[in-house]
Amino acid sequence: MSDRKIPNVLPEGGAPADASRRAFLRTAAAGAAFSGLAGCGVDLEDVFRSHFKELSKDELAKVLAKVEEKNRKRFGRETKVGAEGPIPGVEFGYGLDISRCVGCRRCVYACVEENNQSRETPQVHWIRVLEMEKEHGVDLAHAELYYEAEGVPRPGKFYFPVQCQQCRKPPCVKVCPTQATWKEADGIVVVDYDWCIGCRCCMSGCPYGARYFNWADGVLPAGELNPNQHYLGNRPRPKGVVEKCTFCIQRTRNGRYPACVEVCPVGARKFGNLLDPESEIRRVMETKRVYVFKEELATHPQFYFFYAT
Amino acid sequence: MVRTHASSLALAGALALAPLPTGAAAPKPAPGPAAARPPAKAELLVEAKPPPFSEGIFPCMDCHADTKDRQRRDLGFHEEQQSVFDHDAEHRWCLDCHDYENRNVLRLASGATVPFTESYRLCGQCHGDKFRDWRLGIHGRRTGMWNGDKEYLLCVSCHNPHSPGFKGVKAIVVDGKATVAPTLELLKPEPRPRRPEEMRR
Repeated sequence: MSDRKIPNVLPEGGAPADASRRAFLRTAAAGAAFSGLAGCGVDLEDVFRSHFKELSKDELAKVLAKVEEKNRKRFGRETKVGAEGPIPGVEFGYGLDISRCVGCRRCVYACVEENNQSRETPQVHWIRVLEMEKEHGVDLAHAELYYEAEGVPRPGKFYFPVQCQQCRKPPCVKVCPTQATWKEADGIVVVDYDWCIGCRCCMSGCPYGARYFNWADGVLPAGELNPNQHYLGNRPRPKGVVEKCTFCIQRTRNGRYPACVEVCPVGARKFGNLLDPESEIRRVMETKRVYVFKEELATHPQFYFFYAT
Repeated sequence: MVRTHASSLALAGALALAPLPTGAAAPKPAPGPAAARPPAKAELLVEAKPPPFSEGIFPCMDCHADTKDRQRRDLGFHEEQQSVFDHDAEHRWCLDCHDYENRNVLRLASGATVPFTESYRLCGQCHGDKFRDWRLGIHGRRTGMWNGDKEYLLCVSCHNPHSPGFKGVKAIVVDGKATVAPTLELLKPEPRPRRPEEMRR
């Protein structure tokens, strides 16, 4: 690729007349296209900026300020949009005790509130709690997402919440044509919503159905907006991009537990640093039987199911 | 006794569980007359959220000042406890866990008393496996920081000690602090997600 000869756009002196004419037309067409974009409200600065990972400090600050400005315009509220990087020596691991989960869906709605998901049209839930039958075990052919009950757990059933498994070999990252999604050093698979072109390849690549597409601008009342935001996490998403669980990146990168861990009334959700032998998740892995979902696909999740009894 | 803050519990718990090494990490026994006997292992205490007392029930000695009868019997009071009592009811009754002399505290099998804020020591006498998991953070809910201060709940915050099988919990406020209390009803699930066809416009 690099040794390919790049034709001069503006040839010197003795170039044939039709070549320079062609170059002129090409430039003019591109200019017209971009002015057209600008006319649609697309900011040229956004189109030409570097990939998130290549932004300089100043450029990043500019980008973050822009997101805050957008929030102000859309919600009329002040927000704090950060971009904290991974903490050195930390690799996040998540444990979910399926012997405890009662399927109350508190985690689902705590996540929605924390992460500024669209409340309706489209309704986006990053956590999906599946009701399964004890008789069949973990079997997606016998799983019910839309169960309703007066009280849970229902007899003969167990509950299996599914969210992004933060795979070590993430198929969604592999298939993304624009590198809008990638795996961070602490294990979180993130999406740059400004870089996502909405092709949804990642959604078909994900074997856990953990990615969601914004078919519309969505409904998020200004009063319910969580103002503590992360660029790669819970900032409000525009129409036409894909989003997913980020282990509450805006909380966990600052040492806090994810919202779903804190809300779980049965304490079924565990979170910590896989590289710290004293952490809760390491204790779980060392003393309990641990299972990863769809192990046969070799996605190597950082999300572990266990059975503590 | 060593009172540790919950944040250092994970590390401290590991020390307490491991066979005590003779290194610097092992607590040095105080020299004294008891030095002839092997020193008692320092017990680690955990600061958890306050116990979820029913309103006006504590201190117990306000009513129980004149302790009289220690024989097992049906009481003419505490109907709310007696009616639900299902915790090895065949073999046990009030004074197996509540102290006879001082009703404001609980009583271990050894005869030692513990305050209600350390009731997990009483529970841990029988439920050692769960106690160990709880101290390590595997059993029960933690809130706070994954790499710093964590808040613990007592066993009785989720399990009614008189009917301990988990059913559900509700949010309450004790001494101005938000915590939870066990209920005898199951949790009602939050609304189901909408089906795709319901989201079509």
